[in-house]
Amino acid sequence: MKRRSRRIDTDLAVIGTGIAGFAASLFACRRGLEVAQFGHSGAMAYTTGYLDLLGVQDGRVLDDPWDGLGALRRETPEHPLARLPDETIRTAFGLFTEALTEMGLGYTAPGERNLRALLPNGLVKSTLSVPQTMLPGCEALAQRARTLVLDFDGLQGFSARAFEANLAERWPGLSSARLTFPGMEDRQVFPEVMARALETRQTREALVDLIRPQLDGAEYVGLPAILGMQAPDRIRTEMEAALGATLFEIPTIPPAVPGIRLREGFERTMPERGVTLDPVLKVSRVRFGAAGATLTLHGAMEDIEVEARAVLLATGRFLSGGLRADRTQVSETLLGLPIRQTESRNDWYRKDYFDPAGHPVNRLGIEVDASFRPVDAAGDPVQDTLFSAGAILAHQDWVRQRCGAGLAIASAYAAVDSAAAHLTPEGQPPDRSVRSDR
Amino acid sequence: MNVRVHETEVLIIGAGATGSGIMRDLALRGIHCLLIDRRDLNAGASGGNHGLLHSGGRYATADAETAAECRREGEILKRLAPECIDDCGGLFVAVEGDDPDFAARFPEHCRVAGIPCEALTPAEAREREPALPETVFAAYTVPDATIDPFRIVLENVGQAQQANGSRYLPHTGVEGFDIEDGEIVRTRCRDHRCGDPVEIRARQVVNASGAWAEKVARLAGCTDVTLLCSKGTLLISNARVTNGVVNRLRPPDDGDILVPGGTVSLLGTSSVTVEDPDDIRPTIAEVDRILAEGAAMLPILNETRFVRAFSGVRPLLRAPGSESDGRKANRGFALFDHEDQGLTNFVTVAGGKFTTFRLMAEKAGDLVARRLGNSEPCKTALVPLPSGDALRWTDPGAAARDWYRRADPTDMILCECEMVARSAVDTILAEAPGAEDHMSLRAIALRSRIGKGACQGAFCALRVMAHLYDRGVYDGPDGLRQARDFVEGRFRGVRPVLWGAQMPQAELAEILHCGLAGMDLAAAEDEGRTG
Ligand SMILES: Cc1cc2nc3c(=O)[nH]c(=O)nc-3n(C[C@H](O)[C@H](O)[C@H](O)COP(=O)(O)OP(=O)(O)OC[C@H]3O[C@@H](n4cnc5c(N)ncnc54)[C@H](O)[C@@H]3O)c2cc1C
Ligand SMILES: Cc1cc2nc3c(=O)[nH]c(=O)nc-3n(C[C@H](O)[C@H](O)[C@H](O)COP(=O)(O)OP(=O)(O)OC[C@H]3O[C@@H](n4cnc5c(N)ncnc54)[C@H](O)[C@@H]3O)c2cc1C
Repeated sequence: MKRRSRRIDTDLAVIGTGIAGFAASLFACRRGLEVAQFGHSGAMAYTTGYLDLLGVQDGRVLDDPWDGLGALRRETPEHPLARLPDETIRTAFGLFTEALTEMGLGYTAPGERNLRALLPNGLVKSTLSVPQTMLPGCEALAQRARTLVLDFDGLQGFSARAFEANLAERWPGLSSARLTFPGMEDRQVFPEVMARALETRQTREALVDLIRPQLDGAEYVGLPAILGMQAPDRIRTEMEAALGATLFEIPTIPPAVPGIRLREGFERTMPERGVTLDPVLKVSRVRFGAAGATLTLHGAMEDIEVEARAVLLATGRFLSGGLRADRTQVSETLLGLPIRQTESRNDWYRKDYFDPAGHPVNRLGIEVDASFRPVDAAGDPVQDTLFSAGAILAHQDWVRQRCGAGLAIASAYAAVDSAAAHLTPEGQPPDRSVRSDR
Repeated sequence: MNVRVHETEVLIIGAGATGSGIMRDLALRGIHCLLIDRRDLNAGASGGNHGLLHSGGRYATADAETAAECRREGEILKRLAPECIDDCGGLFVAVEGDDPDFAARFPEHCRVAGIPCEALTPAEAREREPALPETVFAAYTVPDATIDPFRIVLENVGQAQQANGSRYLPHTGVEGFDIEDGEIVRTRCRDHRCGDPVEIRARQVVNASGAWAEKVARLAGCTDVTLLCSKGTLLISNARVTNGVVNRLRPPDDGDILVPGGTVSLLGTSSVTVEDPDDIRPTIAEVDRILAEGAAMLPILNETRFVRAFSGVRPLLRAPGSESDGRKANRGFALFDHEDQGLTNFVTVAGGKFTTFRLMAEKAGDLVARRLGNSEPCKTALVPLPSGDALRWTDPGAAARDWYRRADPTDMILCECEMVARSAVDTILAEAPGAEDHMSLRAIALRSRIGKGACQGAFCALRVMAHLYDRGVYDGPDGLRQARDFVEGRFRGVRPVLWGAQMPQAELAEILHCGLAGMDLAAAEDEGRTG
């Protein structure tokens, strides 16, 4: 078969379909920019569903992330979050959770304090925003309410008994039980499959019938995250009404439902917002010219060339392929952007895995200027039209600091701001809100 | 204080190949033993070696006696424990830059030691091992094989338990001996898990503590054991690189042997004299050097994905010149009866090779049996080893084969890289040697392939832990601590091979261990609590 070729013209090309990439597309649409976005949104299915802003600072668990940001600005001013004012971060985060809620995935609005959210092994995590389906878990824990946690025959990696065993001392009202998921007897069961099964009314009713006799006065019932894919809040409300107890979800080992919901939600709604999206296609090459850049992509059936007036790079780290390491150095894969190296591979990781200082390799990444443009060794922008956001940025350790989503969202917002300013220097974005031809 | 007391005819200290071999030897003579280890089975060199069942070729040039010993013992083990052995054969190859004279003398040395050896043309060698480079100029076949060091040790212990109820006790370390009238009357130990003292009364005490044998002998006041501790490091690849063993045909040096181990390959080794056999770990410098040397023989190693490195300490007998170069030390073994040290019921056996463990056990067994007035002959060269259900999960590939064969839809896979099913873990919990009430994740991993695949414990640590809670093995935060311990331990070996395709794995592992399981914060909290 002959390969087709296609050309796309756009204001902004977003490379990456992680949280940073989708946040960037979202913000760019709001600014009236034309957006084309590419990537492979696999890694997103790995998230717990919690959106962290800053949960840990210097090994200390934070109640007040805003306070933590203040300390971050004093101690590591080069941290991408430290370079942004609270207001920007708050606005970006709020817009993002609003967009998720509009998508049908209710999220709590970012507040003044971190929430204490549950982890599958019964430990807790400090995070800023959680899916509405998980919020009652925070409340139940805070009130030590009478709570029943359930798991399922054949579900691996999630043990209600482990959850209970690890919380029992602090939470006497907690109990656990195991059920057989309706219609999935005698087999291994997967959260994604259970979630899709719960999209049908009969399965929901059958599950509620199984839970009811176990209740024994429990006000809250915790389940692994399986309450449907597209409309978890509706499913939860309906099941709660039938059960007479408050339901909540607990994250599970990936690939997990909350991440798949985010992925599917974005893939469904971004095109509706006017974004040209291909979420299963990587960019192979980017060439910069006078008026922007040309991206080359090779699809299964066609070659695509994208002419973009600006590019936003949000390709993530090693797991997503934005960075690569050989035995001597770390490099950026798509553009060969400069990365300030450690002296040798010996300095990448500390001797002890859980050293509270974290591993230096996790802080290697792309250096950017105040406009979130990647810079060279001299500190000058590599290209006027290239911006970057998310985990690929240097000077942060999002895993240890519990700042993944916050970093992705806030840096995307700032990078889009700069890109928009560059593309529409007069300050007035072109009005494209009424385009209906796409 | 709560002192636990055990009584037995023979106490054996050190549960490596040698100690477990002695346990089997004595039990088959009808003598009751108690085998202890301060950690667990194969915690020393027996769990940190190359897995090469030497044909003797490696020693043919320098030490014909050791070479012949290896050949004879190799033949016995191939007959009695075929399930632990891959009789894959081996090659000795010289590549451009290696000394042609050294290579040319090799067949004659093999002949003297009685090792079958056949010359191949470079083309024949490359047909047999396509990964060999064009620069090969000499090649010889030898009957090298590989051995699963975990399985055979489990089988030693399993057979002894079955034969006469001899017992194995993990995490029990010797701290001192009470001696009266030239006899050890009591061995003072500590249970390293709970800190409780343990006391063992035995008629005979055997010190088979490998690189620690000198220390242990000194605890009994014996100064006759002097060892050289030689650390060696090995790299494990993600997939099997060659069909058989490939040795570099030159005087032993770093990175000159590649040994297949089921579905993987092991490249090594280095030899660094260390003062203290404790707290050793592979370093990046060693890994890079081994790889550079190995790639000269097999260039494909430059592109090979390595998932882990590990180190072991060879217990070598001191010999002239060996201080500066462990490779010059005697590879033979020695039996110390300690009678000139004034003790009549203490034996130390040290040195040797994994390959010769049975012979070492036979010699020690003969002495101990004679002292006990037992006249049963050694049976270990005649009685096959057992291959029980709880003993077979260390073999790469065994778990997967078993799972596919049974095709039981309710038996879920806990470790996806190595296909270890829930039922395998349950069998180990129920009946593997050393199984106990609160079995740690580390202990289960030792008896299976859990945590040994490409993900190096990213997922399986969490899954197996959840399962252990389900089985009631844990009922408090202890399980989380054990899981943390396990992944911390894995990291030592993972760290030096982190580049290329292992970087995304490591990143994902850290996200799961910290972000999803909160292990970093729990670790910090625990440390704060204990000051
Ligand atoms: C296991 C896991 C658990 C997580 N848990 C949490 C959590 O509890 N709380 C929280 O706040 N956040 C969590 N996160 C999410 C985390 O916030 C984000 O992953 C992080 O912020 C990085 O986002 P990112 O968009 O910069 O990068 P990524 O999410 O890594 O996305 C990078 C994207 O770039 C694409 N890409 C790479 N190369 C190319 C190319 N050449 N062409 C096109 N596309 C390319 C990739 O396909 C991918 O889509 C979790 C993530 C993971 C993986
Ligand atoms: C890198 C390397 C590669 C090797 N490759 C090969 C090979 O390919 N083929 C081969 O044949 N040989 C090989 N060897 C040699 C072989 O591994 C060893 O000779 C053999 O395993 C020694 O076994 P052992 O039982 O005597 O000692 P170990 O296996 O070291 O056992 C000693 C045990 O004693 C325990 N112990 C120590 N102190 C105490 C105490 N106070 N109380 C209780 N227990 C204690 C330790 O925990 C340990 O488990 C290699 C060795 C190394 C280091």
